[in-house]
Amino acid sequence: MKKEFYNIAKLITKNANILDVGCGNGELMKYITENISKDIRGIELSKSNVQKCVEKGLTVIEGDAEKDLKQFPDGSFDFVILSQTLQAFLDPENVLNELLRIGKKAIVSIPNFGHWKVRLHLLLKGTMPVTENLPNEWYNTPNLHMCTIKDFENYCKQRNIKINLKNLKFKNLFSELGIFILEK
Amino acid sequence: MNEKDKIKTLLVKKPLKLDCGQTINDFPLAYEIYGKLNDKKDNAILVFHALTGDQFASGTNPITKKDGWWNYALGPGKAIDTDKYFIIAANVIGGCMGSFGPKNINPETKKPYGTNFPVITINDMVNAQYNLLEYFKIEKLFSVIGGSMGGMQVLQFVSNFPNKAHTAIPIACTASHSAQNIALNELGRQSIMADRNWQDGFYEEQNKQPDKGLAVARMAAHITYLSKAGLQEKFGRKLQERDDLKFSFDADFQIESYLRYQGSVFVDRFDANSYLYITRAMDYFDLTKKFGGNLSKAFEKSDTKFFIISFTSDWLYPTSENREIVIALNAIGKNVGFVEITSDKGHDSFLLDVPDFLNTVRNFLNKSYEKI
Repeated sequence: MKKEFYNIAKLITKNANILDVGCGNGELMKYITENISKDIRGIELSKSNVQKCVEKGLTVIEGDAEKDLKQFPDGSFDFVILSQTLQAFLDPENVLNELLRIGKKAIVSIPNFGHWKVRLHLLLKGTMPVTENLPNEWYNTPNLHMCTIKDFENYCKQRNIKINLKNLKFKNLFSELGIFILEK
Repeated sequence: MNEKDKIKTLLVKKPLKLDCGQTINDFPLAYEIYGKLNDKKDNAILVFHALTGDQFASGTNPITKKDGWWNYALGPGKAIDTDKYFIIAANVIGGCMGSFGPKNINPETKKPYGTNFPVITINDMVNAQYNLLEYFKIEKLFSVIGGSMGGMQVLQFVSNFPNKAHTAIPIACTASHSAQNIALNELGRQSIMADRNWQDGFYEEQNKQPDKGLAVARMAAHITYLSKAGLQEKFGRKLQERDDLKFSFDADFQIESYLRYQGSVFVDRFDANSYLYITRAMDYFDLTKKFGGNLSKAFEKSDTKFFIISFTSDWLYPTSENREIVIALNAIGKNVGFVEITSDKGHDSFLLDVPDFLNTVRNFLNKSYEKI
């Protein structure tokens, strides 16, 4: 399992109820089910990934996070997880609002466009950065709204969203990935 | 062995108050069983059939000699594995395969009920079928499953008996019959009633059969079970055993011939009045009605884990209507999964060999059974 998933799982309290938005093939959900809380479900857009979740015996709803989160009442979940998909939404602001509405806490991870390798790539090569976390070319990337950890912190501050972040400058340069707990 | 011996029936002694106000008792309810009930009695699945289905879901139907209607999904080693689960497949009241229906003899007149048979609802159907749990002494079913009208029965069952099924799988259905579907059912009914042999529903006592009307009803309905893409791919404009158009009203096209065939075989196995009564039950189905339009309230007391399945090319019970059920369940925090299966086979997909669908059902059942 990806290191990112262990780090996300660490943030979740025992037996919490959880929604994994864009749960993929259910790898993280499976880990959480077996180790932290059985009260977890996912939303996933890809049909083949939905099938993989069902194979694992996970509760999954085929759906689109941009449209289908509105069916959940306010504060439905202790935690809502969004792993590395925020930047791919047409309207990430709306999705973030929805996450914070339906979840008491939202765990959001983003690929950091401020990482030194990304900065160096653009500076030296003059082409759009392609890295391990950002493997696509400019013409086929699903990422519509790339941001840096600093951008994300600014975004949260402007909207009075509580965000757990220390050593911003260091992290913005040296973390390939930012994982945050957000609260309204 | 005569036909009646091939049909298992439970004689329901307990009075059943129907939605129309009448009460029935001592009525037969036909069913079939597959697999074995285990000692813990925790492996039972109740299967509900669709409009023209019956209790013979698997193997060979002993009456029609045709394959059971859910042969692809249900049987030894199949998605609904009869080596593992105990299946009760119930016929609906109003039907014509051994359950109390319009062909039965009215003890007062000594003649078949015909259209004097009471109008029944989906609610009445599942209340009748509930007696099978008591008969088999099953405290809680492992699952309730069905497609189309069978899915409506699943929803109604869980609403009526919120603690009687661990899991529920409504497939390609709706919680509230749409105007389009009522219209299509009315087309079928009017076609039967327009047949002179229908005789206001008392054709049995006159030894007549409204076969033409019933066949047309079936032909029209059959189109709605398929998809445009599926029809085009299978038939296109292909001609039926001829090189060119005949400039007549013969079945020039394969699709015409196919539909005529579907109509003609249907009348051999189905009763016209049953068709009227069962389509009426579907039209009357609106699970929200009792709950002020709020579908969530229908499931408030339920502890059942739901798994809802729809098909991309189903325009009769489209994904959007299935999704309404998912939304209603999520609104009250119930455990619900949902999958839309890609298939160009239309509404009928749930009856056909659609591997993604069958695998989904298999995986959901087997994984859920591990957890009960």
